[in-house]
Amino acid sequence: MSNTGSGHDETKRDFLMVATAAVGAVGAGLTVWPFINSLNPSADVLALASIEVDLSTIEEGQSITVTWRGKPVFIRRQTAAEIADAEGVDVATLPDPQAYGDRVTKPGWLVMVGICTHLGCVPGGQKVTDNKGDFGGWYCPCHGSHYDTAGRIRKGPAPKNLEVPEYNFLSDNLIKIG
Amino acid sequence: MSSKQFKNPVANWVEKRLPVISPIHHTLFEHPFPRNLNFMWNFGSLAGLCLVIMIVTGIVLAMQYTPNTADAFGSVERIMRDVNSGWLLRYLHMNVASFFFIVVYIHMFRGLYYGSYKAPRELLWIIGVVILLLMMATGFLGYTLPWGQMSFWGATVITNLFSAIPGVGDAIVTWLWGGFSVDNPTLNRFFVLHFLLPFVILGVVILHILALHTSVSNNPLGIEIKGPQDTISFHPYFTIKDMLGVCVFLLLLCAFVFFMPNDMGHPDNYIPADPLVTPAHIVPEWYFLPFYAVLRSIPDKLMGVIAMFAAIGVLFILPWLDRSPVRSARFRPMFRVMFWAFLVICYILGTVGAQAPDNVYVFVVPYLFSFEVSSWMTVLTVGQITTALYFLFFLSLPILPLFEKTKPLPASISEAVLSKSEK
Ligand code: HEM
Ligand code: FES
Repeated sequence: MSNTGSGHDETKRDFLMVATAAVGAVGAGLTVWPFINSLNPSADVLALASIEVDLSTIEEGQSITVTWRGKPVFIRRQTAAEIADAEGVDVATLPDPQAYGDRVTKPGWLVMVGICTHLGCVPGGQKVTDNKGDFGGWYCPCHGSHYDTAGRIRKGPAPKNLEVPEYNFLSDNLIKIG
Repeated sequence: MSSKQFKNPVANWVEKRLPVISPIHHTLFEHPFPRNLNFMWNFGSLAGLCLVIMIVTGIVLAMQYTPNTADAFGSVERIMRDVNSGWLLRYLHMNVASFFFIVVYIHMFRGLYYGSYKAPRELLWIIGVVILLLMMATGFLGYTLPWGQMSFWGATVITNLFSAIPGVGDAIVTWLWGGFSVDNPTLNRFFVLHFLLPFVILGVVILHILALHTSVSNNPLGIEIKGPQDTISFHPYFTIKDMLGVCVFLLLLCAFVFFMPNDMGHPDNYIPADPLVTPAHIVPEWYFLPFYAVLRSIPDKLMGVIAMFAAIGVLFILPWLDRSPVRSARFRPMFRVMFWAFLVICYILGTVGAQAPDNVYVFVVPYLFSFEVSSWMTVLTVGQITTALYFLFFLSLPILPLFEKTKPLPASISEAVLSKSEK
């Protein structure tokens, strides 16, 4: 930086200007943050973040829907045919490639968030009478997304497979989601 | 402002201390309005009337409404059944919301036809587009308040649009919701914002009018005012004309409010919200349908969202896209044809947005007729064609002047008006 020769110490003045503006901007940012952050999930909402589910009543080929964090979670005890079908797919051809084994903790038990990864509708397929789409899994009527028997996206506008939440088996018949 | 002298001594007393009388006086008696304004110029003041009705009905509704997921649906039913005149206030609020959009859409198509967005009115137009966006936000937020099935799933789908943003999308959606799904925190903030935004709109409307008074109204000929012979005062000429418009508006409004109050809404919104069951076919309010059709036409999530926002965003740059020096479509033979084609495209997009994507497309004119155009045209195909045409309209505007031979413009407004009355 050069002195313009006008008699004023421009460098020092510039520095003070920039420093003041910077401190002001940081201060404004720090002040605004609590306001913005107050809109994020509060402690009581976060406290409801995990649930336990008893699986002992679910027969092969049956599904149940439980509520977790205000969202439906699909739990399905798959039939041998469904498992074979899900394993038989060439993973490389999928829009969101994921092997069957990576979507389950214990083969035969499918646990997924029942929310379409397009814009958040609940796909049909839990009930025997529902339309299960072209791939025999779930079908979202909102904009036409088809999911296969492992809940992977196969056709339609949804970009990703149905989300698998964090969960673990506490015992053979009890899981903890979240 | 130089202080003026009025006949009324109270007006004089106030004006000396607070200069609010002279701007009103100026607008009514001195500001030049083109003498050839037609009925298309009624829709601005009608939009203002709508805003006032929305604020007045909204405030009394808010005194009875409960923004809590457990009680919201019930409180709206209470308004309908138990609150004195509650049904009237709610039906007014619901139907004027729809009429507001009809009025504003006509107002905008008017601007498009007569080239009102061109210099020196670019900013006036842009402020208008901002008002449209704020109205859309307000309408969307209001529709969630009754907490019916369409409220809930509409809110879910629209907030999820932001999840398409790479990287931060999911964090933004969680932030919007204040939780992990649309729930009580969401309803609470939506209510507050729905209450607040109309007053923001009011502020922006004032800017809109300030810009209008600076650049002066456009007119059906699209030529500048040359002198006092081209203009008349607002009062009594436009006060009376606007009042006639208001009468017609109120007649139509009453027809809906008293005889078919739910026609412009969706019956599923009388089913309480259920986070575990999505209705078989969710649709937004009718005024969002064309944009919803654009969203669904693009098979990719992110691109669909971008296209939808671009469909509105393109209006911001319209003043610079259209390079023809002639404003009014009356003197632009090609633009005129394109304008009507564009209107039809927007209408078809609206009908597309209302139908399920995999079905065969049915052309509908409500209350009048509907027919299948062709059994091989699905809703998706028609949506994709019309979406392409929608954008093509805007993209062809910059090159249009190269091909278009415009008709000669009249020398002045008064000359055109007088020669017409001589015929
Ligand atoms: C730009 C102006 C406004 C628009 C476009 C608008 C739009 C809407 C819409 C579409 C609904 C849903 C109606 C239904 O299906 O039941 C609604 C509901 C509601 N609005 Fe507004 N509104 C506006 C201004 C206001 C204002 C200023 C207030 C309060 C100060 C307000 C308070 C309410 C309340 C309490 C409800 C819920 C009760 C009901 O559903 O009828 N609105 N609004
Ligand atoms: S929300 Fe499921 S396809 Fe759009």
